[in-house]
Amino acid sequence: MTAPLVQAKGVRKSFGRNEVLKSIDFSVNAGQVVCLIGPSGSGKSTMLRCINHLESIDGGELTVDGDHVGYQLRGNVLHEISEAEACRRRTEIGMVFQQFNLFPHMTVMENLIEAPIRVKKERREVAKERAAALLTRVGLEGKTNAYPRQLSGGQQQRVAIARALAMQPKLMLFDEPTSALDPELVGEVIQVMNDLATSGMTMIVVTHEMEFARAAADSVIFMADGRIIEQGSPNEILNNPHNERTRSFLARVL
Amino acid sequence: MTSPDGDGLRVRPRRHPLRWIGAAVVFLITAAVVFSMVTNSRFEWDVVGQYLFSRPILLGVLTTIELTVISMVIGTLLGTLLAIWRLSPNPVLSGATGIYVWVFRATPLLVQLLLWYNLGALYPQILGISANDLITPWTAAILGLALHQAAYTAEIVRAGLLSVDTGQREAATALGMPPTLTLRRIILPQAMRAIIPPMGNEVISMLKTTSLVSVIALPELLNTAQTIYARTYQTIPLLLVATFWYLVLTALLTVLQSVLERRFGRGATRRTASPLVEFLATHTGSFAAAQGGRGKKRTEQHS
Repeated sequence: MTAPLVQAKGVRKSFGRNEVLKSIDFSVNAGQVVCLIGPSGSGKSTMLRCINHLESIDGGELTVDGDHVGYQLRGNVLHEISEAEACRRRTEIGMVFQQFNLFPHMTVMENLIEAPIRVKKERREVAKERAAALLTRVGLEGKTNAYPRQLSGGQQQRVAIARALAMQPKLMLFDEPTSALDPELVGEVIQVMNDLATSGMTMIVVTHEMEFARAAADSVIFMADGRIIEQGSPNEILNNPHNERTRSFLARVL
Repeated sequence: MTSPDGDGLRVRPRRHPLRWIGAAVVFLITAAVVFSMVTNSRFEWDVVGQYLFSRPILLGVLTTIELTVISMVIGTLLGTLLAIWRLSPNPVLSGATGIYVWVFRATPLLVQLLLWYNLGALYPQILGISANDLITPWTAAILGLALHQAAYTAEIVRAGLLSVDTGQREAATALGMPPTLTLRRIILPQAMRAIIPPMGNEVISMLKTTSLVSVIALPELLNTAQTIYARTYQTIPLLLVATFWYLVLTALLTVLQSVLERRFGRGATRRTASPLVEFLATHTGSFAAAQGGRGKKRTEQHS
């Protein structure tokens, strides 16, 4: 049995006195799609942001492909590493944000090739070729030279997914990717994510889209108050939750 | 009354009779001022014409431009560094730059210039070089203007950096871009949109502030004019000569500023035309083609 791609053991995180993650354990195997669900303030977004070290952790252990992202294990202590070194490890983890966060001063194509060229030192033609293929994949081949503000929210989020994929990550993190979208635009983004899941990408998705969780997830984790309350297959969690808190949460969102 | 199919109705834009009255008043006042300027012989326009393109004045203009450019370049680079340090998580850096900004903004530039000029009185030897050789009117002027400007630039750049959404930094970080690259490629270009307009004002203000260095006998535009009228007593015409050149240079800088603003406004939804240009465009039609070109292309892509 191979080691899981993402492994969290006893991860703790506080903002000041407020402990938002209280000893989190979970693992994600390569190729799996895991959905993190739970009420707002439950710590799911923070958990996601710890995985690529956008947030530092205060205790426990978090590895991606065996690497402590943002830390180096020396003896018994995890030492926070330099930002530059953390950046190198982040290139293998793609992230999609609720607010898209496309670079507004760059065209769609420039958004996609910026990091491959500047960070991975790829040749411009190579990066552009892959970017064009990715834009076709998310159905936006005609928008190469558009600026983000000229696109709808759904189109922007699809560009953001393509931008993350342009770094050829082995793991994709999605932080409520459809929460900022008008209802009629959610479908196009979900469809791209479904395709990505089918293609075998490892994905961790913080979401309120239970239909996506049901259709695409291998595993669903329900979090509340900084703890994992329950995890299992979508069928177990979404249809037959054991825990009272899971039940009451699902009753409100489904 | 509405027509049944809505076809037969004409739309008449609101009329603005007060604007035409206002225009007439403005025109009359302008005409009166111009008339007095032409007829009042004490303006001595012939003397103005005689000195306008004279060699000493042109050299003074050149010196003013040099002072403006050099102190703005140094002031902008140093100010940008200060702004970045000011926002640094390192408390020593941010504290020290805070003190710098306070000191250089809290004292009048005139006092700073005089202090720099008299630095030799404090330190006769600077790094083994005689202060009298090192501190010329020129170096004192550049030091004073640039260091003072850096403090103001720092505040403008800092505000610009803070105006960029934090999500931009996060997105760049998540893509593996190191902090310096993120700053250079993602944050600063976006901050530029907030930085350029006030910095344009700073350049224009610097152009005029250089006249302060006339107190340390540096022959820039104003000092040159003063030197001439001290000899010839033609005070007013020579001050008009200086005024003319300040106006011309400021006008050029204003054009440059608007070009830069457009350059860094890429990707933003906005209308560039000023109300006056739009007014002229709709009332004459001749501006429409020239102004509409760039903006129109953008809106077409929007669909």
